[in-house]
Amino acid sequence: MTISLSLILEYLVSPVFVQGAVTTLLITVSSILSGVVIGLLLALMQESRFGAIRGGTTLYLWLFRGTPVLFQIIFVFNVLPSFGIILSGFVSGVLALSLNEGAYMAEIMRSGLQAVKRGQKVAGRALGMTEWQVLRFVVLPQAARVILPPVGNQLIGMMKLSALVSAIAVQDLLLAANQTASADFHYFEALTAAGIYYLAMTTVFMVLQAALERRLATRRRSANPPVSLTRRLIGMTGAQSAVR
Amino acid sequence: MTGQVQAQTATAAPLLSLEAIDKSYGSMPVLKGCSLEVARGETVVLIGPSGSGKSTLLRCVNLLESINAGRIVFNGAEIADTHAEAPKLRRRIGMVFQNFELFGHLSAIENIMLAPVRVLGLSRADAHDIALSLLKKVHIPDKADHYPDELSGGQQQRVAIARALAMKPELMLFDEPTSALDPEMIREVLDVMVELSQEGMTSLVVTHEMGFARRAADRVVFMEKGEIVENAPVEVFFSGSGNPRSQKFLSQILH
Repeated sequence: MTISLSLILEYLVSPVFVQGAVTTLLITVSSILSGVVIGLLLALMQESRFGAIRGGTTLYLWLFRGTPVLFQIIFVFNVLPSFGIILSGFVSGVLALSLNEGAYMAEIMRSGLQAVKRGQKVAGRALGMTEWQVLRFVVLPQAARVILPPVGNQLIGMMKLSALVSAIAVQDLLLAANQTASADFHYFEALTAAGIYYLAMTTVFMVLQAALERRLATRRRSANPPVSLTRRLIGMTGAQSAVR
Repeated sequence: MTGQVQAQTATAAPLLSLEAIDKSYGSMPVLKGCSLEVARGETVVLIGPSGSGKSTLLRCVNLLESINAGRIVFNGAEIADTHAEAPKLRRRIGMVFQNFELFGHLSAIENIMLAPVRVLGLSRADAHDIALSLLKKVHIPDKADHYPDELSGGQQQRVAIARALAMKPELMLFDEPTSALDPEMIREVLDVMVELSQEGMTSLVVTHEMGFARRAADRVVFMEKGEIVENAPVEVFFSGSGNPRSQKFLSQILH
């Protein structure tokens, strides 16, 4: 077997790979953002006074943590149409990944919200703030310091999970690479090119995350010691996202 | 000063009037028929053993605690305990807590500016001016850009007082404002409170600092087991001729 470096380079700049990488990036970012919102809502619902609402969240967590995310992706894509809901592969993938991510984010959001002491909320209320203002201006900014490191880990985990959407024929990076390779049997070059893209994107995420955490740490001594970039790269961050 | 306030009390309706307040946690009563009036410009000190309900009574005033029975009248209007009304009422009543409760993610000046900007809708520039003048008033203008964890307890509490004053409240509630402070810092906070009182800020203060009561209070209210036992002008209260239960408590805390 001969390895062609020039072919890898050619793949890297080819429209199919660039588009695949963009699709992967879009799926990752939109799923994580919706996951944060869903997770926050679930965390707030878990604090509700009403048992039915708390019960609802428990059911949600049970469903989405208790089944494989690949199952959820395929379920959304193949079952929803029979109820008249027809979504594109991209939307189905993002929807399933977001719903699944929300179930895991809920725990992260909950720990963040609980890190803000009750007295802080009372002080906000005493100043005449509404419950929403207390959440927005007092609780969330302080919870963010606790939430940010694990959310960064989830983001990197999501980048890797996003490859599962290739199972429902979404032209993400993995499917683009696999289809290119099967057309001319240059598997090594095509998959290496995809791997380079994945590594480049996760590295960028890690660098961004480290920079953001450093910015927060300069202001406030963090309970967690800073994690070096090398340790991040090899996934020794302690709270690495779970394999699902 | 006391004479002037009493004259005022006679002519004007009280700023705050608590009428037969009952409150219980489950089957445990914590407030039993508490009635209390605070006139505009008056400083009233609430004292009593721990668990006597004085902090709870204070928290009922701005609806941080709900009451089971009775009426709260503020500025002539009965206070309705609803989700919509509570924030509006609290804009007009400042509160200072035992543990300061400054917002940890904001600098001193941002702590003071937050509610004027977000709740009252002031511009940042206006709020900044107000905050700076209040930091001067509490004698720490040089700490404007410090974060709470860089300030001493006494400094934090003074920022907390400035934060409450920034809303231009008609009434200030102090919930044991010096109980969490080291002895050498108590004075600096009490001095600010005395100045406020002398400027005519209406204040209801839960404290064990009898020195403060002597210096600034118009009246002292003694509570025990959820009941108001004595409510007397400060000179009467400290004259030794008052209620025997409050005199006994006084002798205990003064050793």
